[in-house]
Amino acid sequence: MARAVTNQRKAINTAAAWAVGLLIFFPILWTILTSFKTEATAIADPPVFLAFDWTLENYSAVMERSNYARFLWNSIIIAGGSTILGIIVAVPAAWSMAFVPSKRTKDILLWMLSTKMLPAVGVLYPIYLIFIKLGILDSRIGLVIVIMLINLPIIVWMLYTYFKEIPVDILEAGRMDGASLKDEIIYILTPMAVPGIASTLLLNFILAWNEAFWTLNLTAAKAAPLTAFIASYSSPEGLFYAKLSAASTMAIAPILILGWFSQKQLVSGLTFGAVK
Amino acid sequence: MATQHSRSAARFMMAPAVVLLLGWMLVPLLMTLYFSFKTYLPLRGGDLGWTGFDNYVRFVSSSAFWPSIQATLIIVGGALIITVGFGVLLGILLNQPMWGQGVVRILVIAPFFVMPTVSALVWKNMFMDPTNGLLAHLWRFFGADPVVWLSDASLFSIILIVSWQWLPFATLILLTAIQSLDGEQLEASEMDGAPVLKRFWYIVLPHLSRAITIVILIETIFLLSIFAEILVTTGGAFGTRTLTYLIFQRVLESQNVGLGSAGGVYAIILANIVAIFLMRIVGKNLDA
Repeated sequence: MARAVTNQRKAINTAAAWAVGLLIFFPILWTILTSFKTEATAIADPPVFLAFDWTLENYSAVMERSNYARFLWNSIIIAGGSTILGIIVAVPAAWSMAFVPSKRTKDILLWMLSTKMLPAVGVLYPIYLIFIKLGILDSRIGLVIVIMLINLPIIVWMLYTYFKEIPVDILEAGRMDGASLKDEIIYILTPMAVPGIASTLLLNFILAWNEAFWTLNLTAAKAAPLTAFIASYSSPEGLFYAKLSAASTMAIAPILILGWFSQKQLVSGLTFGAVK
Repeated sequence: MATQHSRSAARFMMAPAVVLLLGWMLVPLLMTLYFSFKTYLPLRGGDLGWTGFDNYVRFVSSSAFWPSIQATLIIVGGALIITVGFGVLLGILLNQPMWGQGVVRILVIAPFFVMPTVSALVWKNMFMDPTNGLLAHLWRFFGADPVVWLSDASLFSIILIVSWQWLPFATLILLTAIQSLDGEQLEASEMDGAPVLKRFWYIVLPHLSRAITIVILIETIFLLSIFAEILVTTGGAFGTRTLTYLIFQRVLESQNVGLGSAGGVYAIILANIVAIFLMRIVGKNLDA
């Protein structure tokens, strides 16, 4: 008996999966919808789903109220800077571990992973103090460094996993033809490694964008990114659901879109290659 | 064969990452250890000398300590049960043939990409608010009194928010694991007439055990240190003060650095116990 899936069974699966999917997605959908309502419609009982006068006034209110652009810019600098810096530091390390492994490679990799497990709150005050002493509290450069360091283990691991899959024979052949280490990296390795580096970049940008311990504790007015911008809505004045929704939508939209592209890398990246 | 030359080059290339992470690990860790043995009150006299293990004893014997451990365990445990339980079911569901599978996957994964402050505030205000929240509207529609979620069911509410954020992660990893399940084995057992539950229990679940373990370990490490979700919802009130939040309050709010640092050392030890198990699994995978 062939296991032909009947259309009926497929229809049931489809209905169930869509129902669950929409339920899980609903808070995001509701936020996006609410961002286009007036404040009065936003709290209407019974709630209004689609039949309301769509307005963009919340978006302009949010932009005016709080200098949204600066928070956005901080987020981009912090997430982008920490990711790029992390890649620059991690590529050579991952390369050497993948292609010139030694007895200690595994230990080093596991040790790097272990630094990721250090609970941030355990070292909050020392970092705080160091930041004050160095004068980088509430500065973008300070956060770029910290976020780079907390994501560095993941970046090294992801790159290592990708580099491992590049066949060594190609490098050997290059060496036989007299390619130097530099040539190897520029002409052989880089073209093959670009996709892996791109995925690593993407996932770590997302992680850095959403980081909400150090960004909340080490910033105030100057360097605060979107995580802190949203947190400022936790003590609101007056009606604010629609504005909160507009601010939230602006903060998550870019990452939702990037995130959908990174689904595949998410699994191996976040499980350190343990699930592929 | 790696030459001597390439070996030293390799070491040189590894150096920046290793040195940075070593510094990142050791410097703050040693400082935390140092402070934990001191009476150190930055706003009230600063460094008041060594106190031995006084801070460690005081941290544990404070009336806030055991409730914080309890809150931490309930939140982590609750979120794990929900995310792993529903993650397995969802993984199986999403693996079935259906129309629009890609779109459903995207819908399910989306919450993972929402920053913690956004998800906490959206849940807090637009869903859990006792007057204007959507859940309050729903309760009233059925003639019930709206629940004041974040004070009357505070732990449950936090668990709900956190589970919503982490369910996509669990689902995605378990789905990946399910996809590697041998279809023929399942088919054979189906033809032998094994009922659905038996197939699930004897074939699917054992196959998933490794992935489930990994999900549990990784989530535990992240869940032990959730912070923003509590900061913007209850601020640690109504029994939601976790160990992480308690330490945060000791260090930054009451500026008792010695006491907070001792708490930090406890948190580090706790995280390391979990980490050891995770590292074993990951390490084994490296050999393969």
